[in-house]
Amino acid sequence: MESAAITHGHAHAAHPPEANRSSRIDPQLLGVLLFIVSEAMLFGSFFTAYFFIRVVGNEPWPPEPFAFPVHVALMNTIILVSSSFTVHYALRSIQRGNRRGLQAGLAITFLMGVTFLATQINEYFKAGFSIHDGAFASVFYGLTGLHGAHVFVGLTLLAIMNIRTLRGHFTPDAHMGVEAAGIYWHFVDVMWIIVFTTVYVL
Amino acid sequence: MINPLRSEEDAFRFTVIVAVLFAPIALAAIVFGSGVALGVAGGLAFGLVFALVVMREDRRPQRAQLRGRARDGGRRILVVANETLSGAALRDEVEHRAAGEDAEVFVVCPALNTKLRHWTSDDDGARAEASARLQAILDRLDRAGYRATGDIGEDDPVQAMEDALRVFPADEVIVSTHPPGRSNWLERNVVGRARERFEVPITHVVVDLEREPGPLR
Repeated sequence: MESAAITHGHAHAAHPPEANRSSRIDPQLLGVLLFIVSEAMLFGSFFTAYFFIRVVGNEPWPPEPFAFPVHVALMNTIILVSSSFTVHYALRSIQRGNRRGLQAGLAITFLMGVTFLATQINEYFKAGFSIHDGAFASVFYGLTGLHGAHVFVGLTLLAIMNIRTLRGHFTPDAHMGVEAAGIYWHFVDVMWIIVFTTVYVL
Repeated sequence: MINPLRSEEDAFRFTVIVAVLFAPIALAAIVFGSGVALGVAGGLAFGLVFALVVMREDRRPQRAQLRGRARDGGRRILVVANETLSGAALRDEVEHRAAGEDAEVFVVCPALNTKLRHWTSDDDGARAEASARLQAILDRLDRAGYRATGDIGEDDPVQAMEDALRVFPADEVIVSTHPPGRSNWLERNVVGRARERFEVPITHVVVDLEREPGPLR
């Protein structure tokens, strides 16, 4: 609904009408969600390539003699899923006025994200195949690389939130930055769960 | 349509659900192989769809969490109507409800639109028509001596009502519709849904424009 109500005698102002705004959701949060929807579509295009290769190729995945480091990826999955809990804890803390909880939650989440990304990069060096070794390798590096790029973006957001937290920003009533970063981090987490299940173990 | 992901809390819950759903698939793939994992995935997908259908049927309407109004003066009446805003029955009801009190009236006129125009974001015409109707009734209420303001609302009348109640905590709501058989709002059970969703008393006024003597003065 329009934020400025029509008062008698002022229905036809000279300036353009204010944007239609429903109370269902905060506009900033809606922007974050729409951005994430577009990101999900991007991942969807990569998953389409993956399933096309799997179904049309109808060959063992990954082809002999290559193998994916499933156990390392499983550890990474546990780390990333756990980090969703810590970022959620951070937000709940600031909602309750617990600044130390916010700082601890964001710091731990950031460290977990760094650990995930470092492990992922290390895995690339030890994978035993490169992006040139066939369609399977292109899809593998494409999907995991795309996800890694998103983790990097998420880490950047978390770093900013960590700095802002240390500078005393955010209150129980005003913490949109943490909320937005948290939503993005959950999105990164969900995408990894799907990547891990489909690419590594299925 | 209500967006199920409206906060970090919702996103976190969604993440946990995805993790719980994918865990048995991953486990089956690691232990038994891809074939079994695909079977597990299919079973989970079927179960999920079934559960959502059952939950949808069983789900009781949620009460809107609205702030209460401060007792700081006269009666506050929220009027929700569109084409029937010009109806005498609605005007009489508003005057009856507001009689003898320092009443404040807030009129919400949902910008009704076709589905095609809605999805193509072509709502200028609908909003212009709603604005004209709204201005007309605000003029009439002003001439009758009421403090009246108004706004154009969402095309979903229940959502428009909720939006309005957030900025105008009303003592009561008057919803005006065409008679049964001609009313799209009644067809969609707008009044019933509103009564389930809001605790504020809701009065339903039927306006039969075809039987009214002519344009109101």
